Amino acid sequence: MSRFIVHLINGLSLGCIYALIAIGFVIVFKATRVLNFAYGSVLLLGAYVVGRTHESLGFGLAVLAGIAAATVAAMLIEFLIIRRARGADLGILAILTLGVDILMLTELTRRIGVDVLTTGAPWGTTVVDLAGAKVPLSRLIAAGVAIVLVAAFTAVFKYSDAGVAMRAAAADRETASLMGIRLGRVTLAAWAFAGALAAVAAVFLGSFPSPGIDASLGLVALAAIPAWVLGGFDSIPGAVVGGLIIGVVSALTTGYQDELAFLGRGLGEVAPYVVMLLVLLIRPSGLFGTREIHRV
Amino acid sequence: MSDRLPPRASAQRRRLLRTALWTVLLVVALLPPLYLEGFWLQTGLFAMAAIIGAVGLTLLVGVAGQLSLGHAFFVAIGAYGYAYLAGEPSTGDGPAGLGLPPVVAAVGAVLAAGVAGALFSPISGRLRGIYLGLASLGLVFLGVHIMNNATPITGGYNGRDVQPLSLFGFSFSDTDPEGLLVLGVPFGMLERLWYVGLLLAVLSCWYARNLVKGRPGRALATIRDSEVAAAVMGVGVVRYKAAAFTVSSMYAGLGGVLMALAFGRIVPDAFGLALSIDFLVMIVLGGAGSVGGAVAGAVFVTTLPLILDRYSNVLPLAEAGTGGFGAPEVSRLLYGAAVVAVLLFTRDGLAGLLRTLSRPPAAPAATNEPRITEVKEAV
Repeated sequence: MSRFIVHLINGLSLGCIYALIAIGFVIVFKATRVLNFAYGSVLLLGAYVVGRTHESLGFGLAVLAGIAAATVAAMLIEFLIIRRARGADLGILAILTLGVDILMLTELTRRIGVDVLTTGAPWGTTVVDLAGAKVPLSRLIAAGVAIVLVAAFTAVFKYSDAGVAMRAAAADRETASLMGIRLGRVTLAAWAFAGALAAVAAVFLGSFPSPGIDASLGLVALAAIPAWVLGGFDSIPGAVVGGLIIGVVSALTTGYQDELAFLGRGLGEVAPYVVMLLVLLIRPSGLFGTREIHRV
Repeated sequence: MSDRLPPRASAQRRRLLRTALWTVLLVVALLPPLYLEGFWLQTGLFAMAAIIGAVGLTLLVGVAGQLSLGHAFFVAIGAYGYAYLAGEPSTGDGPAGLGLPPVVAAVGAVLAAGVAGALFSPISGRLRGIYLGLASLGLVFLGVHIMNNATPITGGYNGRDVQPLSLFGFSFSDTDPEGLLVLGVPFGMLERLWYVGLLLAVLSCWYARNLVKGRPGRALATIRDSEVAAAVMGVGVVRYKAAAFTVSSMYAGLGGVLMALAFGRIVPDAFGLALSIDFLVMIVLGGAGSVGGAVAGAVFVTTLPLILDRYSNVLPLAEAGTGGFGAPEVSRLLYGAAVVAVLLFTRDGLAGLLRTLSRPPAAPAATNEPRITEVKEAV
């Protein structure tokens, strides 16, 4: 039983990180209707900057630098590329971000090479005892940071002028523009925010218990796609719930892989996608997504 | 429509020109085995396999407007399906096989890919555009997992050998008949397979063109532009979308069979997400929805890294793994940049560019016509 609790807590904390990434997908999708395949590379860029600078700058400043780099990268992608292709079909935009991803990932992979960078996080490999279960401190901090960020974001989204502008722009671009909302700024802000979230998630994904920052970290952002799809494409609470579900599923299937050996090794990596397929089979627009209705 | 000639004559002349062009291309495509060495033949075979897969994907993405990231999964079913059906029955350690005649195995593998595509129809028929793309992303990961773990059939992580193709006792391998000479050129596996690949690729393109120009193609294009309008016109939207997915899976399966034959040995890593992305890049570069574009894109994407790698010692490229710009990096950067540039500047890819250039400026380009947009409403 205690083993189950360990896996559950691990899963929930991992899920919090996934939730951050999934929220990044949701924000970008709501603001620009773009499925951002370059997000994995933005995340990897954040991690790379942290990994390369923490020795000279110290962890705190390195994280800020990583966040800044990822934010700027996301803004540049929006400003230089996505904005030029406005009005294109969703599939075209998605493939465009794939192209950007190939460029960024190739360069980052070349720079990282075979190195495994560390984040230099002060909590290191500390493990804490939580109700009889041993849990890495970094995961607990990740969960805490994620909860604070989600709460802050929800509050901003709901109450601040910027948040209202974002919601208005997402609901009806044309009307929002007529009401004096500057769409360019709103979309830029959305991408910037998503970039910052990616960098924060990257710090935790690169910390213990994972081995460190290597070129495959960008793939982890892909693992958050099931979380995003599960929750529905345009729902922030959905992204959080989806993230938690995927985190728990992947932690449990990894934790019990000896019992599940008949399903093959490396089950933890596929299980999220299988869950996604099953949910889509029953609810094509995810758990909390807006259902599309056609009117003629 | 040229202003110098009456429309019919102009169209006739253009058709004649096109036929002549294709004939010349086809004749040229028959020659390489007589002149080129193994590397180029192998590269060509990979390109042909990619052409077949890319044409299938362009039917789905370009014509029907359904995004798929799961193409590699169906290519894998074709490749492994052939290897399993044609393989020798297991004699102990090695992966098993059914020992069917290779041609039967190839047909079976294509059908298996089609069945897998049809099984996905509860999802492919209901989801639209990028939503389907995301759902099919799951298939790729599931596929790699199965390939790595279903060791008795797939050989697991290390992959399995592929039985060479043979037809009425003539084997498409280096032996049987041994030392075959055609016009004084020794005809081994690659030379013989070249013609199989060429035939399959040409047939695939021809079939796809007919499909696009015929009733199903028009129905799918209507679905792409507006599902509601298509339904009103009497097009069974769910059925057609599922059918498009199935046909595209069978194309992928056939591409997979040829790929397996050209490789001689298949491993799970070759059929991951990267392959799916490659296929998308191919059709986007060529211009989604255009069969000729898919062919051009497939040739570019498959041959670029191989050629750069081959000439890496002549080109100012760093050695792989030294942290510099080696052949793999340069080819990936080139094709990433090509994707971004093509989509930003000519949204319809090479095919669209050619169409615009060959058309008199007065005629409006097809893409400028407004598409019917759908009204979406939140519940």
